[in-house]
Amino acid sequence: MNELAFFINNVVIAGSVSGSIYAIGAVGVTLIFSIMRFAHFAHADMMTFGAFMVLLLTTLFPAAGASIGVPTAILMLPLAMLLTAVLAVGIDKAFYKPLRAHGVKPIVLVIGSLGVTLILQGLIRLFAGTSGQSLYVDDRKEIFRLALPFEGARAPIVITEPQIYLFVLTLVAVVTLHLFLHRSRLGKAMRAMSDNPELAQASGINTNTIVTVTWMIAGALAAIAGTLLSLDVTFKPDLSFFLLLPIFAAAIVGGVGHPYGAIAGGFVVGFAETLAVFNWNVLLRPFRDSLPTWLELPSNLAFVGTEYKIVVPFFILVAILVWRPTGLFKGKVI
Amino acid sequence: MSNSAKTRNPAYTPKDATQERRFPLRELILFGVLLIAVLAVYATMGAAYSTRMLVEAACYAILALGLTIQWGYAGQFNAGVMGFVALGGFCAMLFSVPVNDAFWGTELPGELGRVLLYGIAATLLVVAATKLDRLGVPKKLRTLIAVVLALVLYMVVISLLREVTGEIQSRAGFVGGFGLPAWTGWIVGGALAGGVGYFIGHICLGLRSDYLAIATLGIAEIIKAFLKNSDWLTRGTATVSPLPWPTPGPAELGFTLSRAIYLSFTAVVIAAIFFLLHRAYHAPWGRMIRAIRDNEVSAAAMGKDINKRRLEIFVLGCVLMGLGGGMLGTFNSLFDPQGYLPLNHTFLVLVMVILGGPGNNLGTIFGAVAVYIIWIMSEPLALFLMQLAVAFGEGVFGWDAPSNMDSRALQARVLVIGLLITMVLRFAPKGLLPEKIKNHS
Repeated sequence: MNELAFFINNVVIAGSVSGSIYAIGAVGVTLIFSIMRFAHFAHADMMTFGAFMVLLLTTLFPAAGASIGVPTAILMLPLAMLLTAVLAVGIDKAFYKPLRAHGVKPIVLVIGSLGVTLILQGLIRLFAGTSGQSLYVDDRKEIFRLALPFEGARAPIVITEPQIYLFVLTLVAVVTLHLFLHRSRLGKAMRAMSDNPELAQASGINTNTIVTVTWMIAGALAAIAGTLLSLDVTFKPDLSFFLLLPIFAAAIVGGVGHPYGAIAGGFVVGFAETLAVFNWNVLLRPFRDSLPTWLELPSNLAFVGTEYKIVVPFFILVAILVWRPTGLFKGKVI
Repeated sequence: MSNSAKTRNPAYTPKDATQERRFPLRELILFGVLLIAVLAVYATMGAAYSTRMLVEAACYAILALGLTIQWGYAGQFNAGVMGFVALGGFCAMLFSVPVNDAFWGTELPGELGRVLLYGIAATLLVVAATKLDRLGVPKKLRTLIAVVLALVLYMVVISLLREVTGEIQSRAGFVGGFGLPAWTGWIVGGALAGGVGYFIGHICLGLRSDYLAIATLGIAEIIKAFLKNSDWLTRGTATVSPLPWPTPGPAELGFTLSRAIYLSFTAVVIAAIFFLLHRAYHAPWGRMIRAIRDNEVSAAAMGKDINKRRLEIFVLGCVLMGLGGGMLGTFNSLFDPQGYLPLNHTFLVLVMVILGGPGNNLGTIFGAVAVYIIWIMSEPLALFLMQLAVAFGEGVFGWDAPSNMDSRALQARVLVIGLLITMVLRFAPKGLLPEKIKNHS
């Protein structure tokens, strides 16, 4: 049964953690894709920016969270979301809007977003240095150990405080986004514009407002994802390069322009990553004695080593591009 | 673009109409400024340092020519220059490093060859399994068989490979090289990069251009991950050095002179590439490529095979990147898989191309040298500015200076490159030396 606990710790929990982060990131990418029609490469850096804002605020007011019993970083998250949303709108006004006004091809906007990536990265590193820092400035990370209700199970299931916050906040974010898209006027206008921009504009929807709102949502979501990831591990200024590929893989797997697809894609990529680096030999260990003698299992039965984790999203991406370019949920843009 | 219709020769010929010669004022001014900048660097930083900078800029110019083919001629955006450069560097290392007897003298090469044969056999088996439907096996069952077979065989081969590579690492360190002249490695590096480009292009060129960017970004990261972690092949993070030069090295002639000879060597390569590209651009082939870029639908209607041409262009660009990567790797005389950064190799080259003028070979070379000087010089400049700011802050407000100023000043490079990309896209979208587009209308 220890093997089961090991499996839950290393696959179920780890997969859900990275899955949730990829999902929130991919929703932002997919929203921008469906409204602005280009792949926004600077999204992962907006995540880093959000986490960096939380770090700044936490170091400014380290004791603020203790008064109401949550980590300071979580308390500062709404403010960081607001700041990142403002940044996202500012970036659009400063860099993408003039390009859009020139009527350039989407790929030029992609290059522009690469430029924005580098600017953000340079600025963040200029101010934050290059080393990793913990978002728990004054607090301690709590770790919960749950024993399995089986006989002979000695290894506990381990889950940490930030992971619980992560699951709760992901759920809240997804439900809020769903309600916004389906119940509010703005959300409906957004969906209309993503379906058919000309028709939406003809029926009196203000395009500029929609664009601003999209950037605000994407920025806020990026701040959540970046902060939660940095809470779980540590804040690193070069976080973004490791996130870019999984997030885009998730958005494409789910079907570009399809928010629920992006969420599903995020979990597909997250679980695929953890399953691929998981050593299956651990699960086969209890049956080792009953295997025929000619079949000797090697000690490492992982599909790829941990160092090749980056390969997994890429292979999912290529497989999806070959097999079903519109993604699992039939996104629209290709 | 607009006035070329007026200036073109009225007698239309199947070859490109020769333009009326105009005085190349813009080119002269830009290259004059560049020359002054180079001389300024020579005056301030010394000859050895500046020659080194020029050689590196020349290697980057080859990479930039590769990207300008893809982005300027065909509008394909390759965000994975780093990966192709790393392949070139790897091949240069593998071919030029002296033969390692601790590996080749034992039975290990045979073992490695056996595993490779197993790998090929496994691939053939899986391919055969995907053709099972010809024997009447239902399609779904065929897919299932193929997937399960692929997984199992992959596991078998990969665990055999892990055993052999572990042996190699513990007994011989790493495979070592072939002891051949460096240029053989450059050529093979170009071919290998072209092969990888063929694979990627085959899948992604028919899709939206964003997907190509994402896929190339991914393949670059994978190549880097592979080179970094295959200690048995590349010594991983331990790095391989020195790599022998094809020209006399610094030990024989001193830094400045040996680098100058290497520079003239790269200059010859650039001149050859430039000449061939110039010919191709003005040949019917170049006209077809531009027709496809400018109006794909009508080019297709004229019976041009769009996908094949696109693949051709993409592979050609990748070959140049592999070649340039090999020359850069040999010049650095050090193979460090971790040294291949998307920032230095992908985005720097991207800025060179869009600043210089995509599609214009001369502009691309100008961009390569200009941007490389900006890139190299922005660090000391930023450090100087930061020290000014700190001195000012300490004097007026009594600040404490952060201790890691040097590493932070290094980040100014990233910022400068990002600003350059966005500024050029906004204010000079066609680059400083725009491609001269000829209209045949």
